[in-house]
Amino acid sequence: MTNAIRVENLSKAYQLGDFGTGTISRDVERFWAKVRGKEDPFLKIGEVNDRTTRSGSDIVWSLKDLNFDIEQGDAVGVIGRNGAGKSTLLKILSRVTSPTTGTVRMKGRIASLLEVGTGFHPELTGKENIYLNGAILGMRRTEIKRKFDEIVDFAGVDRYIDTPVKRYSSGMYVRLAFAVAAHLESEILVVDEVLAVGDAEFQKKCLGKIGDVSKGEGRTVLFVSHNMSSVSKICNNAILLTNGKLSCSGPVNSIIGDYLRDAKTTQSVFDILPPLNKQDLPGYAMRVQIEDREGNAAGEIPVGKLWQIRVSFKINRPVNHFIIGIGITTQMDVNLRTAWSSKTNLEEGYYEAVVVENNLLLSAGFYKITLGLSSKEHTFHYVEDAALFTISHLKDDSLDSTILRIDNSGIILNPMLIDISKQS
Amino acid sequence: MNKLPEEDWDIEITSEHRLFDLRLKDTWHYRDLLLLLVRRDFVSFYKQTILGPIWFFIQPIFTILIYNLVFNNLAQIPTDGIPAPIFYLAGTILWNYFADCLTKTSTVFKDNAAVMGKVYFPRLIMPLSIVLSNLVRLAVQFILFLILMGIEWGKGHAIAPNAGLMLFPVLILIIAALGLGMGMMISAVTTKYRDLAFVVTFGVPLLMYTTTVIYPLSTAVAKYPAYSWLIKFNPLTAVIETLRYGFLGRGNFSWGLLGYSASVTAVILLLGIITFNKIEKTFVDTV
Repeated sequence: MTNAIRVENLSKAYQLGDFGTGTISRDVERFWAKVRGKEDPFLKIGEVNDRTTRSGSDIVWSLKDLNFDIEQGDAVGVIGRNGAGKSTLLKILSRVTSPTTGTVRMKGRIASLLEVGTGFHPELTGKENIYLNGAILGMRRTEIKRKFDEIVDFAGVDRYIDTPVKRYSSGMYVRLAFAVAAHLESEILVVDEVLAVGDAEFQKKCLGKIGDVSKGEGRTVLFVSHNMSSVSKICNNAILLTNGKLSCSGPVNSIIGDYLRDAKTTQSVFDILPPLNKQDLPGYAMRVQIEDREGNAAGEIPVGKLWQIRVSFKINRPVNHFIIGIGITTQMDVNLRTAWSSKTNLEEGYYEAVVVENNLLLSAGFYKITLGLSSKEHTFHYVEDAALFTISHLKDDSLDSTILRIDNSGIILNPMLIDISKQS
Repeated sequence: MNKLPEEDWDIEITSEHRLFDLRLKDTWHYRDLLLLLVRRDFVSFYKQTILGPIWFFIQPIFTILIYNLVFNNLAQIPTDGIPAPIFYLAGTILWNYFADCLTKTSTVFKDNAAVMGKVYFPRLIMPLSIVLSNLVRLAVQFILFLILMGIEWGKGHAIAPNAGLMLFPVLILIIAALGLGMGMMISAVTTKYRDLAFVVTFGVPLLMYTTTVIYPLSTAVAKYPAYSWLIKFNPLTAVIETLRYGFLGRGNFSWGLLGYSASVTAVILLLGIITFNKIEKTFVDTV
């Protein structure tokens, strides 16, 4: 595979605050340093970009020393918190602004979709705007003409095509705008979070189109979104930015996992913060431990293996009809299942409950556990995200070969009974 | 890692830039955009109006009516023996072309920040489209000029077009380049500090009085021989005088003055391009 994009030592500094009388002296100073061939005096004092802390310097590094390669045909998700530098990166890649230091090299044409409907003129009709927008995005007139019907068809606004776009509903506007951009012919496509608008059906269509672009047509896609399920659907790789730095890159699901749990540790024991009124409660959970079926603490479970959870809890006073319930949610917050123990009556003291997964095989990713302790109908201690565990692609030859271990094969990997018989 | 086949990169993005790197090849690729932007300006100008493109005529007609009333009748400023309306029209349409190019270009980054902040295209396209859009307007207004010329000629006024009108395209080129060059210089500065934008708003109408829009150069020279260099100093004076000479047969035409205009324009355009180029890559961060 050859590289489509190479980013080397990429940094971008921004000046915070207002521009006015105060900043002109600095500009003169910078200019003077440049004339004399000296280094820019203000870039030296730049700070890491953490939007939450206030500081003395008003130069921040929105991106700092980024290095990565992207292979041709890859669909790469760029993820990170607000202000991590995602949009700055895309702006530099799409040549809207230039970096402070470093270089980006690219092969082929690049089309960027940082916003839908850029350059749409409200007074012009849909048709006129298709041409204008297409041209702004770098298409030739003949190219747009050739694809015109396809664009209108994709947008589904045939009826309104000769109406000024200011009369469009916002959804129609976005449909038309995305349709134009989706029909760009470029080797590299850069997409910022533009799909937040539009109805569900159209969002699905857009994601499908972006997916086609990378998988079907072999073009390179960079995709920024906070919607992890879209990222994991479209992308095969991801890079995670933290405060302008590249914190990790790799296969999309493991990077999303890192991002969502915000740490790379594979922890197996989780202490639960005791509730404030712990003495008043009938009881409370103290600790959760993830284990393999042999009872060894394990932060990571290989795909296809079963596992168990050991919950330690304390009962303050005798409880009738005690039930412990656990829930499992995926990293995308999909509720997967809930399980309850049968009712028992408990004396006061320390207890342990072992919850055994004896059936369900989960695909690689990380999962969150929610705990609940209740008595009769009343839940007295409820802990969301009490523990995390990772199912990972560890190699294990003892597994049943019908268990799929490929990406995107779904959450549940239990084999189904598939019977093949010859018909006469 | 195998580096051999990977070195033929198509696009390289760095912080450096060269002074005269106009990316003309890139700009040529986007020529359709240029035309569509011109079309957009033209079409959106008269959308939802009843009179439509006729508005292009109404503005200069009223201007020359007022000029005629104030400067010719009231102030008794002579018009070089040319009928007053056509004298004013010649100056007005050229001056308006310059003024529109200048004011629009000087705010090009600010006005188009929304588009330019989201999509890359050669930035030069935007000022070029302004110059071309206004050229369309000038062309429409020039038809008015020709009509008026015909009427006055029919009335038996001394209107003597001569070989000087062959210079017309050169005149237009000079005005366009001058407006573009000055506008680009100002635009480069105003992205970060808006002060100069105020100067443009009140300065451009005032600047009109230092050029021969409402009076002929001959009168100025005759009345204030010591200060007439100030008026000649304005590169547009020679352009307007040449137009009047070529189409109407009156006016001060000299190759020297026109040559001066052309050279000043060339220098300003060059400086404009350099400053524009310097700023276009990062203006998004400061606009």
